[in-house]
Amino acid sequence: MGTAISLDGVEKSFGAVPALRNIALRVDEGELFGLIGADGAGKTTLIRILCTLLVADDGKAEVLGLDPVKEYRSIRSRIGYMPGTFSLYEDLSVEENLRFFATVFNTTVEENYELIRDIYSQLEPFRTRRAGKLSGGMKQKLALCCALVHRPDLLLLDEPTTGVDAVSRREFWEMLQRLKKQGITIVVSTPYMDEASLCDRVAFLQEGTLLAVDTPEGVTGLFTAPLFAVRAREKYRLLRELRGFEHALSAYAFGSSVHYADRRRSASAGEIRDHLEKRGLQDIVVEPVRPGIEDTFMALMKQGRGEGDD
Amino acid sequence: MKNRKGTASSFRGFVKKEFLHIFRDRRSAAILFGMPIIQLLLFGYAIRNEINEVKIAVSDLSHDSLTRAIKSKLLSSGTFVLAGEPESPAAIAPLFAEGEIDEAIIFEPGFGVRLERDRRAEIQVITDGSDPNVSRIITGYTTAAVLDYLRQSSFPPEGKRGVVAEPLMMFNPSLKSVYLFVPGLMAMILMLVSALMTSISITREKESGTMEVLLVSSLKPVQIILGKVVPYFILSFVNVVSIVAIASVVFGVPCRGSYLLLLMESLLFIMTALSLGIFISTMTNSQQVAMMISLGGLLLPTILLSGFIFPVESMPLPLQVISNIIPARWYLEIVRAIMLKGAGISILWQETLVLVVMTGVLVAASVRKFKERLQ
Repeated sequence: MGTAISLDGVEKSFGAVPALRNIALRVDEGELFGLIGADGAGKTTLIRILCTLLVADDGKAEVLGLDPVKEYRSIRSRIGYMPGTFSLYEDLSVEENLRFFATVFNTTVEENYELIRDIYSQLEPFRTRRAGKLSGGMKQKLALCCALVHRPDLLLLDEPTTGVDAVSRREFWEMLQRLKKQGITIVVSTPYMDEASLCDRVAFLQEGTLLAVDTPEGVTGLFTAPLFAVRAREKYRLLRELRGFEHALSAYAFGSSVHYADRRRSASAGEIRDHLEKRGLQDIVVEPVRPGIEDTFMALMKQGRGEGDD
Repeated sequence: MKNRKGTASSFRGFVKKEFLHIFRDRRSAAILFGMPIIQLLLFGYAIRNEINEVKIAVSDLSHDSLTRAIKSKLLSSGTFVLAGEPESPAAIAPLFAEGEIDEAIIFEPGFGVRLERDRRAEIQVITDGSDPNVSRIITGYTTAAVLDYLRQSSFPPEGKRGVVAEPLMMFNPSLKSVYLFVPGLMAMILMLVSALMTSISITREKESGTMEVLLVSSLKPVQIILGKVVPYFILSFVNVVSIVAIASVVFGVPCRGSYLLLLMESLLFIMTALSLGIFISTMTNSQQVAMMISLGGLLLPTILLSGFIFPVESMPLPLQVISNIIPARWYLEIVRAIMLKGAGISILWQETLVLVVMTGVLVAASVRKFKERLQ
């Protein structure tokens, strides 16, 4: 399998503000690759460099085997790009939007209808509705159709699921999986860590630096500390008490419970419960859990910031 | 497989989309088609410089046959309406203050006798200086009427006065203001439609993020710009034709020169305005800013400094210098010359050349500034 994207030592700053620092990564052909990071981590900048809208200050980049600076025209005709805002014409209808994007990419909707059929079929009932009147999920599907209409080899999606409801998000990821089966390489950025596990491989970005690039399983393997899910009646106090515990590596709210990581090689649930009971907390439940992507990311972020514990 | 149909069809698709934008958005459609007509009717009917029904007070301190004759001569024109005959000049000021009169004339005591004896007599003409334009016109009109009467009668004033100026307004003898407004209005509307609408429509794509997708598409930057410009070019041309037609049919504004030349020069000016619009959109990414620049930086100078409302010659020198860089000034001169004087290209080639150069410079600057990437 060939390489779709390869970056080496890519740097980019806006004035004095560094946006990307020494980025090196490879995306294989046919891969569904996730760029995970909080707002301002550099995801959008990285995607814009890949789709040749920005030029890196330094470092080597290859997209589809082409140089994004010199051969940007060839790259542009072979990629599908969906910017962070659903870049549709809100005053045009669903069908007009799709036909327009087909014509500017020198193709017709019919020519590549196969590729977009299962996405577009959901939009078909609203064919004549103006894009501005669609729900967030619908806009997202239409924008995806528009980015796919010329059958690109590489699909670059910048936060496609931001601001979209949970059901539409799940549907969207199912669509991406199907597109992947068609052989399209997909790079997708997202701030949602639960989406990381849906990718073949993920890259964690923080403040312009790559924290880790690995498969979702590989990423969770980076988390080695004993981890427990702890619940008690007063959640806020629980958090404070856990953070104050002498062996604590970290403690943070995770859904309805608190995830507590221990600094030592091994720790027991009983020991933690005893400590909390001593502190006067009630209804304490402590269970060991397997670290998820989010736990790993939190830990990596902490390391990235150079903090030991808090 | 992807370039099977070539870029011509993508360009056509782009232009079609632009037309859809224009007709979908009621506001821009209203600006494009309603505004020229409303403006023309407004300027043609409501905002007039010419004088109708000047209310006049005559204080005749002489009461002789001559003053009576001059008075009736003045009133017979129909322009002046007698609004009072105060016995003393002191009563005139309150009449002005109350807005009863626009003008007062005082014949000095013994006017007729003095004129016969000394060949010289005085009339005082008082007008409302708070409206200088109207004052000037009224004064001129009154003077002309009095002189006209004296010349016809047995008191030729030449003896003492030497040469007397006899104003004759060429090309627009009745000083119809609509004749003057039509060319200015054409300049203003073309500026608004072409520059404002293009700059807004390009910056809108930047704001909505669709420009990013267009840049990544197979359209070349030139095609994107041309695609934006073509619809407004066509619509502006439709506007020119409709303004000239309305001006001619409704207001009887003549076009003494060649219609073909008028249309060609208008097309040139549309090009200038469009290139200005494109240039503005290369400077900013926000619709708001584009609109502010277009309105403040283009529309106001077009109205105020082009000679549309205030003659360029009567501006202070610095403003006269500035007016040289305003395209509308040159277009205005061209249109007035063609419509009212019947001038041909042999007279107007300099103004035309100025517009050609301006357009060229703006296009070159825009092409240089238009970015195929983001910043």
